[in-house]
Amino acid sequence: MLTIKNLHARAEGKGILRGVDLEIRKGEVHALMGPNGSGKSTLAQVLAGRDVYEVSQGEVLYDGRNLLEMTPEERAHAGLFMAFQYPVEIPGVSNLYFLRSALNSLRKARGQPELDAMDFLHIAKQKAREFGLDESLLKRSVNQGFSGGEKKRNEVYQMAVLEPRLAILDETDSGLDIDALKIVANGVNALRHPDRAILLITHYQRVLNYVTPDYVHVLYNGRIARSGDKNLALHLEEQGYAWVEGQAPERPQVAGS
Amino acid sequence: MATTATRHDLFLSHFARQRPQFPGGGQAWLDRLRQEAIERFAEAGFPTTRLENWKFTNVLPLTRTAFQPAAPKLDGLTREKLGRLPLGRLDAARLVFVNGRFAAELSSFEGLPKGARVGSLAAALEEGNARLEEHLGRYAAYQPPDRAFVALNTAFLNDGAFLEIPQGALLEKPIHLVFVSVSEAQPVFSQPRNLILVGAGAQVALLETYLGLGDGPYFTNAVTEIVAAENTIVDHYKFQLESEDAFHVATLQARQARDARFTSHNVSLGGRLVRNDVNVVLDGEGSESALNGLFVARGRQHVDNHTLADHAKPHCTSHELYQGVLDGSAAGVFNGAIIVRANAQKTDAIQHNKNLLLSEGATINTKPQLEIFADDVRCTHGATVGQLDPDALFYLRSRGLPYPAARNLLIRGFAQTILERMKVEALRVELEELLFARLSGSQRFGEGR
Ligand SMILES: Nc1ncnc2c1ncn2[C@@H]1O[C@H](COP(=O)(O)OP(=O)(O)OP(=O)(O)O)[C@@H](O)[C@H]1O
Ligand SMILES: [Mg+2]
Repeated sequence: MLTIKNLHARAEGKGILRGVDLEIRKGEVHALMGPNGSGKSTLAQVLAGRDVYEVSQGEVLYDGRNLLEMTPEERAHAGLFMAFQYPVEIPGVSNLYFLRSALNSLRKARGQPELDAMDFLHIAKQKAREFGLDESLLKRSVNQGFSGGEKKRNEVYQMAVLEPRLAILDETDSGLDIDALKIVANGVNALRHPDRAILLITHYQRVLNYVTPDYVHVLYNGRIARSGDKNLALHLEEQGYAWVEGQAPERPQVAGS
Repeated sequence: MATTATRHDLFLSHFARQRPQFPGGGQAWLDRLRQEAIERFAEAGFPTTRLENWKFTNVLPLTRTAFQPAAPKLDGLTREKLGRLPLGRLDAARLVFVNGRFAAELSSFEGLPKGARVGSLAAALEEGNARLEEHLGRYAAYQPPDRAFVALNTAFLNDGAFLEIPQGALLEKPIHLVFVSVSEAQPVFSQPRNLILVGAGAQVALLETYLGLGDGPYFTNAVTEIVAAENTIVDHYKFQLESEDAFHVATLQARQARDARFTSHNVSLGGRLVRNDVNVVLDGEGSESALNGLFVARGRQHVDNHTLADHAKPHCTSHELYQGVLDGSAAGVFNGAIIVRANAQKTDAIQHNKNLLLSEGATINTKPQLEIFADDVRCTHGATVGQLDPDALFYLRSRGLPYPAARNLLIRGFAQTILERMKVEALRVELEELLFARLSGSQRFGEGR
């Protein structure tokens, strides 16, 4: 479904991703871990189409299409969704109106009829109940004045409404109490489907107790330094990233790159 | 500047020619008012950028045009057609003016309270209504050189709305004043003049809309005087939706007595060269003004908003928020004056101007102007100029909104603070639609919608 080959990206002249290789197939859940500043969010943002990052090398194929040539909205239309590590506040735009516009944009792009306000409200309320979002947040401006936890829940809620085929969650579990964490896990598990895939970026093994990943990767210094199964996460929890540093084979510098 | 002088002369000769036909001629006070006003205009001429209050607005394109008086004609305008214009179906009493003249056949007076006088100013002038002598031209100053447009309007005193809302009346429906300019072979001008007297304890919502049909330049020079007696609640909306070839100059002058609450919503979407003056005098203790403004301009539009909150008595409040959205090579001007007179202790005045620049070529000149002669007051002001937030834009697009929709949604979010202050729901909803039609690039307002 998603193939990342030798991806290099930089921002403000600084190299951040330095040769990422990753293959995600339908039906799989991948966890991506790694120390602060290793480039996890950069990878997520590049995949979602953020233009402050310049891709200098490599390629990304999504369902066989060149993802990097698509606009952010085209990626969304093709079923990609990224839950932001830091969701953006949008004053004056209600959550409900925003999400209806988003869903209708996806439906339109897929040749489906748009939903009117009443039909949408029905779906929105049902999903809010299902995914533990306080209904009062629907009427408020997008993320404005939301607590950290409410913002994260709102991301999961949007994901539940938009039903992406490939979901990237950037630290959606960080800073959540156990109840909120279960809601996030519930959101991810509800999305699990043989035709869909999930990339879960996290610092903590904790969330993986509720969402069992098929693979765990460690991003270190802009590269996948280690990959394994769920045991790798347990190992990291005990040993810390110093262990990766010690173990990681220095990747040979490619001449002329 | 020879051309300027010429156009100035042009209006003087229009005046000389039209004078015998002005309504109510022969009443001494009225003849004197017109005479004084034309003399002030003759002395001052059109304002130049050397005047502090006109520094950023050059009216040369206006003064260079050979405007003729607009003929009083309907040009095939029917109730049907009117209904299709923006706000044409608003549930309101409606007074329609075509080329500055009252069109009774297009107007309707539903839902007005007993004792209300709602009609044409020209008719009231002809009948010699005593209230006019008492109030007309007493509030909107035409004497200073920078008020030459008010002088011009006052000299040509002709038609517009004369409203008298009786004491204690609570109007459920708004009163809608519609000013339509229909095109003619050559550029024409009209000068609507409105006088609105609101009796003590009354509550009313008023809407002025300005629209243009057809192509080519025309010039609207409007003056509205509002007298809000004690303990009144007056909500005034002005939607300037002129064509993008139009010159639009307008002064709103309100005087508030004790405990009067006056709100102005000044929305400017159309016009090529636009100048709005909104002046309130807080002339009774405990009176409150809210001045809200939204101006949206694109292409080569120029929109200038000058406001003045004149605190003449103690314990008054004025809260002001003007928001501008400027695209293309549009130019915006905001000048917010607050005067606190020496005895106006405990004044509470707040002023904000927020601007969104959507392109490199768009500009805004924003300036607060505080003159405070009392010592126990609270006055704050602030201005911001910003662009669309790229993070927010990306967030919306990453959820599937195409770029234009994402951009429009952010602009809508920006304008929301002003929109949500509009208490007449139907008005707000329709304004939102107009705004989005405009943002999505439609050239004209609502025709055939
Ligand atoms: N837009 C940017 N401009 C400049 N530098 C950036 C930008 N975005 C990220 N960086 C830098 O790139 C590096 C990787 O950042 P990134 O946010 O991808 O890390 P991360 O792995 O997500 O970290 P964390 O675990 O703290 O979220 C950091 O050094 C960061 O400062
Ligand atoms: Mg991060």
